This record gives sequence, C-alpha cells and structure tokens, in this order.
Amino acid sequence: MAHTVTRLTRFNMTSLALGLAFLYLPIVILVIYSFNASRLVTVWGGWSLRWYHEFFNDRAMLEAAWMSLSVAAVSATLATLLGTLAAVGLARGERFRGRALFSGMLYSPLVMPEVISGLSLLLLFVALNAERGFWTVTIAHTTLTMCFVTVVVQSRLSALDRSLEEAAMDLGCDPVRAFLMVTLPLIVPAIVAGWMLAFTLSLDDVVIASFTTGPGSATLPIRIYSEVRLGVKPEINAICTLVIALIAVIIVVASFASKLSSARGESAAPL
Amino acid sequence: MSARRIFARPARFAAIAPYLWMVLFFLVPFGFVLKISLSQTAIAQPPYTPVFDFSEGRAALAAAFAQLSFDNFGLLVQDNLYILSYLRSLVVAVTSTLILLLIGYPIAYGMARLPQRWQAVAMMLVIVPFWTSFLIRIYAWINILQHDGLLNQVLLTLHIVSAPVVWLSTDSAMYLGIVYSYLPFMILPLYATLSKMDASLLEAAGDLGASPRQAFWLVTFPLSLPGVGAGALLCFIPIVGEFVIPDLLAGSNSLMIGQTLWLEFFTNKDWPVASAAAVALLLLLVPPLVLYDRLQRRQLEANR
Repeated sequence: MAHTVTRLTRFNMTSLALGLAFLYLPIVILVIYSFNASRLVTVWGGWSLRWYHEFFNDRAMLEAAWMSLSVAAVSATLATLLGTLAAVGLARGERFRGRALFSGMLYSPLVMPEVISGLSLLLLFVALNAERGFWTVTIAHTTLTMCFVTVVVQSRLSALDRSLEEAAMDLGCDPVRAFLMVTLPLIVPAIVAGWMLAFTLSLDDVVIASFTTGPGSATLPIRIYSEVRLGVKPEINAICTLVIALIAVIIVVASFASKLSSARGESAAPL
Repeated sequence: MSARRIFARPARFAAIAPYLWMVLFFLVPFGFVLKISLSQTAIAQPPYTPVFDFSEGRAALAAAFAQLSFDNFGLLVQDNLYILSYLRSLVVAVTSTLILLLIGYPIAYGMARLPQRWQAVAMMLVIVPFWTSFLIRIYAWINILQHDGLLNQVLLTLHIVSAPVVWLSTDSAMYLGIVYSYLPFMILPLYATLSKMDASLLEAAGDLGASPRQAFWLVTFPLSLPGVGAGALLCFIPIVGEFVIPDLLAGSNSLMIGQTLWLEFFTNKDWPVASAAAVALLLLLVPPLVLYDRLQRRQLEANR
C-alpha cells in the first residue's frame, strides 16, 4: 500500500501546475502579441509579420543586436576558458594558499547586485584610461559569467569518479595527459552548457553593460530598456520573440549535449 | 605519492589565470569604489578629484591622506533620501523573499513528489525561464499590466472591475515582477534538498501514527531548512540591490538603493556619492554574502 505521507497529493499537483503557468503565461502572451497586426499593442488586428519587418529595417536596433551577439560570443568563450580552469583548480587542486579568497571571489558575483559590479568595473576602466566600448563590456561580462561556468563545471567535476584519472596515471599518463584524455572528454557537456549559460547571461544584461559601455555602442538590452521606459512598442515584442527563439535553440543544443554526455559517461565507466 | 596528490599540482597551476583575472576585475575595482567614495565631487571629466596619485611619491601620498573626505558618507547619513532608500530596499527584499518562500516551497515540494522521470522534466521547465532574458520577462509583464493591457481587459470583460485598474507604477507590480524573476532561484535549492530527502523517514513517521500534515511539519520541513536558507539568500542579496525591476514596474516616488545609486551616477553625475552608496550597500550585504559563500562551499565540498 502506498504510504499516505509520501503520496503525490492534489495540492502538490495544483501548486506545480499553477507555478508553471505563472512562469510561462507572460512569455506566451508576449510571443502571440508580436504577431499582432495592430499598432495598438492590446487590440488584436490579426496575424502579421509587420513588426519583424520593422525590426529588420531598424538600423540602430540591428547594430545593437550585432554588438550584443558579438559581446556574448567573445565573453562566453573567454568565460568558459577561465571558468573551466578555475573549476579544475577548485575541484582538483586540493588545498592551496588563497583558496578561500579564490572561491569567495568566484561565488560572490553570482549574487552581487549588478549596480555594484557595474560601477566598480567602470571606475577601474576610467582609472586605466581604457576606451569604453566593445572590449570593456566584454571584459565585464566575462568576469560575471565565468563564475557561472565555474559552478557548472565544478559540480560536474565533483560528481566524476576520480578513480578514472588515477587509473590513467597508474597506466603511465602524466597528470596533464590524464586530464586531457580522461577528464576533459567527460566534462565537455558541462563546458558546453557553461558556454551557453554565459552567452545567454551576457545577452540579457542591461545594468553592467550600461555602466561599462561608451557613447555610441549600445547593446540590444540597453536599447530595449530605453525604448521600454518610453512605453510599449510592438517592435519590441518582435525583438523579444526573436531573442526567445534564439535562446530556445541554445537550450535545446545544451540539453542535447548533456544527454549525449550521460550516455557517453555510462559507456566510458566500464572501461 | 598518490595519484591524487600528483594531480593536484598542475590543477593548482590551472587556477592561476582565473585567479589573476578575478583579482584584477573583481577585487581591485572595489578598491577604486572605496577610493572614489572618499574623494570630492568635481565638475570635471571624470567628475571627482583624485585622491591618490602614486607617481607623486610618499609625501604627496601623506598629504592626500590628510585630505580624505568622509563627506559623501556624511551626506548618506544626513540626507533622508538615502536612508529612506536603504530602508525601502531592505523592506522590499525581506517581503519579496517571504513571498517567494510561500510560493516557491509548494512548487518545489510538488516537484520532489513527482515520479522520478517527471522530476527531470519539471526541473527543466523551471530552469528554462531563468535562461530567457529577464528584461524580456519584465517587459512581458508590462504588456499585461498596462492601462489597456490584457489583465484589465479580462477583468473588465468579466465585470470584476468597472474601470481599468492602474497596475503599472505600483508596488504590487514591482513585487509581482520580483517574484516572477526570482522564483527559479528559490525553487531550485528547495527542490535540491527536498528531492534528496530519505522517503523512509516519512514512512517511519507515518508508521508511528503521524498524519501527513504532522509528518510534513515534524520531518520534511525541518530537514529542508538548509534549502530554505540557500534559496532565501540567493534571492535576498540580489533583490536588495535590484535596479531594473523597480525602475520599470514601481512608481517613482520612493526609490530603492540601486535606483538611487543609478540616479546619482547617470543623472546627477555625482560619482563619489554613487560610490559611497555602493560601499554602504556592500557593507549591508557582507553578512549574507559570507553566509551564502559558506553554504555554497559546504555544499560543493559535500559532493566531493
């Protein structure tokens, strides 16, 4: 007999269903409205691609989108590189001097209010006399997102069976070779997921980018933000839908990569 | 020497590059915030008088120390605007965290009770909105909440209200936006502890005569407290400094500290005061940050 204390109750199901509806309904509504033909956002005027057309003719918006995509790609790549190295150091480095400071520096940005991170980086860039624009935003985003990559990769590394690495070294691999041939293939999915997460976080950020960018190089979120402050515009619905579609593709790829990995992990284990 | 020890050395070398990066772009910038928060406002570019100039030697440095100014912090304490925005930030963060707990707990609890293969799906469904841009998600709510938005249309059609209700630029809209944006941050740590819970404990409670409600309050809830703590910190800390959500959804008559900082920086161009506000905000956040860091490390190290 199923225990009454561990059963899935109607209350459990209702709260789950309501919770998910709450999370998804606004996004669904936004996507539907982006195909609205009417200029009035709230009056349904039939299906149309009018606002997408408008976006693809909006030079300033397109430039901002391009800037955002390139910042996201470059910063995600840098962040993945640095974050993976940091994760290896934390998960495999045992004890070393400054370890507490290191992990503290890596965990704090995950929750640090963005106004603080943005302001402090800007002051650094001003002090260094760096020209603000693409590179300053990229560095700022790298700093923030590498921490997320570290957490993702580190938790995968911690879950790995270390006897695999030890076996490789017993069989004569030096540590670097053991890492490259045994560990790295097993954590590739986490690295891919980390890159994707870094990419989307960078694509999303408005606060840090506002602080660290210079005149004339606005990112897409900065443009969206300033438009939204002036009121709702149907074109923004279309842009947001495109961003959501892009992120959906990224999520599918990321989850596919992780599925691939768990299959490979299982087949690798008996070796 | 064990293979594990041999591995540790090159692994430590791997940490050098990210270590230096974080020192340069995370730690050192705080030094600049501190430094500029102690300098005087000036009408110049950049708009503050330099406090230290290391090229001028030790004597100049000593003279500069004598000139350090705590005026900006004095301003923070004297001016009502700042104290009020601090208090408001705290109130908003505490209230939102409580609402998030109330809403997030039943959802996480429901997830943990699903059959195993559905749990993975539910988890995915909760994580996905975290990936979608949160600016977009706030914008989606503006669509719904505006004067002639969907919510008012529905309410009018159902004759629940007779005239459109003002939703935007109110505190309720802001709380809705905050809860909506941070819900995954609350659900995931809660789910992580709830799903790891040993079901036999509950069965034992049941065998000993506990009703489901008693079993929940006497067994499940106390055991889930680490998840409650992690979720609460994960939400509380960033909400205190939140800028975009209150700026877009709340009215402009009372500001949160993040908004005040933004205003001082971008509108008033008063960098020293903005920096002082950042330092004060950071001081406020140090205890929860330390607590959060400890929880994180304990959790990751427990996995090893």
